[in-house]
Amino acid sequence: MSEPDVIIVGGGLHGCSTALHLAMRGVRALVLEKDHIGRHASGVNAGGVRQLGRHAAEVPLSVASMALWHGIRDIVDDDCGFESHGQLKVAETEAELESCRERAAQLTALGFTHEEVVDQAELRRLVPSIAEHCLGALVSRRDGAAIPYRTTFAFKRKAESLGARFHEGAAVARVARSGRNWRVETADGVAHEAPVLVNCAGAWADRLAAQLGEPVPLEVIAPMLMITARVPPFLKPVVGATGRTLSFKQFPNGTVLIGGGLLGRAYRDENRTDLDFANVTTNARTVWDLFPIMRSATIVRAWAGIEARMPDDIPVIGPSGTEEGVFHAFGFSAHGFQLGPIVGRITADLITRGASDLPIDAFRIQRFRHTAAAA
Amino acid sequence: MKPRYDLAVIGAGPAGLAAATLAAKRGLSTVLLDEQTAPGGQIYRAITRSPVKNPSVLGTDYWHGADLVGPFRDSGADYLPGTAVWSVSRTLDIGLSRDGAARILPARHVILATGALERPFPIPGWTLPGVMGAGAAQILLKTSGLVASGNVVMAGSGPLLWLLAWQYLRAGARIDAILDTTPRENWRQAMPHLPAFARSGYVGKGLKLLLEVRRKVKVIGNVSALRAEGDGRVQTVVYRQGDGAEQRLPADTLLLHHGVIPNINLANAIGCAQSWDEAQRCWVPDVDGWGATSVEGVAIAGDGAGIGGALAAEHRGRLTALDALHRLGAIDRATRDRDAAPHREALDRALRGRDFLDALYRPGKEFRVPADDTIVCRCEEVTAGQVRDAVKLGVSGPNQTKSFLRCGMGPCQGRLCGPTVVEVIADARGVSPAEVGYYRLRPPVKPITLAELASLPKAEDEVAAVMHH
Repeated sequence: MSEPDVIIVGGGLHGCSTALHLAMRGVRALVLEKDHIGRHASGVNAGGVRQLGRHAAEVPLSVASMALWHGIRDIVDDDCGFESHGQLKVAETEAELESCRERAAQLTALGFTHEEVVDQAELRRLVPSIAEHCLGALVSRRDGAAIPYRTTFAFKRKAESLGARFHEGAAVARVARSGRNWRVETADGVAHEAPVLVNCAGAWADRLAAQLGEPVPLEVIAPMLMITARVPPFLKPVVGATGRTLSFKQFPNGTVLIGGGLLGRAYRDENRTDLDFANVTTNARTVWDLFPIMRSATIVRAWAGIEARMPDDIPVIGPSGTEEGVFHAFGFSAHGFQLGPIVGRITADLITRGASDLPIDAFRIQRFRHTAAAA
Repeated sequence: MKPRYDLAVIGAGPAGLAAATLAAKRGLSTVLLDEQTAPGGQIYRAITRSPVKNPSVLGTDYWHGADLVGPFRDSGADYLPGTAVWSVSRTLDIGLSRDGAARILPARHVILATGALERPFPIPGWTLPGVMGAGAAQILLKTSGLVASGNVVMAGSGPLLWLLAWQYLRAGARIDAILDTTPRENWRQAMPHLPAFARSGYVGKGLKLLLEVRRKVKVIGNVSALRAEGDGRVQTVVYRQGDGAEQRLPADTLLLHHGVIPNINLANAIGCAQSWDEAQRCWVPDVDGWGATSVEGVAIAGDGAGIGGALAAEHRGRLTALDALHRLGAIDRATRDRDAAPHREALDRALRGRDFLDALYRPGKEFRVPADDTIVCRCEEVTAGQVRDAVKLGVSGPNQTKSFLRCGMGPCQGRLCGPTVVEVIADARGVSPAEVGYYRLRPPVKPITLAELASLPKAEDEVAAVMHH
């Protein structure tokens, strides 16, 4: 079998998307995944496709990714379960509504118009079941949600059809220079070589970065989600809150997903998470307050995925600060799903053209040089 | 309810009752949590309050359950019936719901005595009203004295099918036919185990029961295909004997049974390691001779750790309780081992003959691995064909099927489809179920309402306040 041009470590959405964008340009990628495709954060997240409320540095990427999402079927031959009924963040107090207005104004000043403030009447039109006390919301109408595992798998399948290769159950044990190439050895003793290496290893990405001489302060987190038994349809958009943490949406089959980033405990060496029921309770109380209709709903399952969070809550995207031919895309801090399509393209751009047309300076790995050294 | 117990036993069947009784009598502060409103588990269900008072209907084995309940009542253990346990953490905090409110109850040691459940028996039409598990029919008989009326057909394989048929006849109910799906070739595999079986307690009782049923009911053997048909509810059972032509029977009720398998849901959600048991064709938690699992402080007694039947469950309950006493420092190792000896002997006796039953009543492949149009996941209405299509797309195990098809994502969390999905994927991939794996199950393992979760005391002092009230 011929050696690849690029070795991608990590078979989550970002690894699969990078492989796909490379394959579309005729670059042969090999993805090494320690478990199976979409096993961790990419397979079990809330599936929010959200521009709403993003960090200013992420907004241009998120907007560009949204354009890809709206044509996702043309890219991966599958609609990924993507539905666009908007996302909104509910304001429960006048002060929260005011902060929504400030946020919308800030974005307008930056030249983006996708977020708008709606009043109580419009909020009730969009979300008829919202609690009486809610005063308005910040809305991004082209946002929506997709099915995470199906999406990740669609990217993988399309990449594979264009020549990318995927090795599952291939945990990377060691990475070293070998002349012009990177030599990547897996735990089962197989070695691969390629001139370019991409680190999409999610919650395990810091280990690869450390091997390359650039340690990063990555925190392993386990955001929790829960899902209800089916209830009659009552909600189209994805609902969050301004003053508390919530991600709330109803699937077409009637089940309701409740999340919002409250954390359980992660044990990454065991691929295992534990729920923290004190935090689950907080989430349940938020839903109790905002959606009286949900009080009798039955919770059938709660779980947590393993994710990476960076200290400044934005990812690492871009070339290595220490080694030639190495690129990073990790640390999405519990909001990487919507960015998946564009980050693959950015990384492919960096590899094939040496630059991206999107602003990615804020995501440089070098920003952690001091903190990592101190830690 | 105490703020914290030395030992929490989950499930009030023979294993749980025996474990809690022994532990409490020897000084551990013990609580027995059970979902039902009265003790007995499934096998001795409603033992204290069954309306079926004539002992000859349910049989003397059933009434042995009373011998467990009395000593338990006198043991000093606390008993919390009507309690759904929906989570146990690695730190042994038990999430439970009672009277519409959730609580966290910490324990120093936990014994799961969650018993068995019926192996799913997916045939075309098994979701029609009027088709139900033989176990459900037996529950109705024990708790309410109710039997199905009209044309009743039983189908499947295994000792419990015969037991229910016998109990039905004793209760004066009508059974039109029993369709026996036991594969003929099973006899060949079972024969080497016959001598042990012949020395077991099963033989005398079993033969008597079998002969009595066969004298009164038409038994159709070697059934190789089965489906239920009807408009809105079952009306006809269609079957095939061996390679024969399809035949039809009118039926208002079809009772299905393909043996029982361990109820591993809570153990799985806690993270207890489990293995594929080829003999019993199911997933079984890994336990040592004392019922200890891979998770510190969590043990399993009874059928939840592998099917052995009610008597074996009782003895295994006592062994896990002795180990709990030892681990909690109440008795030393030598005492544990000495006191365990008679229970171990009794356990060996109770398990004698099990291999024969496992081999003889192993369900045929055509029923374990159903055809494409058969629904496997009832909650999400996923067919065996859809699972096979997902395998063609690269899905290698049941957790991916969950993500891909929502199969196993419904309220039952895979209890009804898990074993079948594993068999279908393994067959489609041409590998053993051991390689395919099983669902990673998630708390809450019993559905609870958002209101119950929202009522959960949050801070530790709140928890303490609730526990002390």
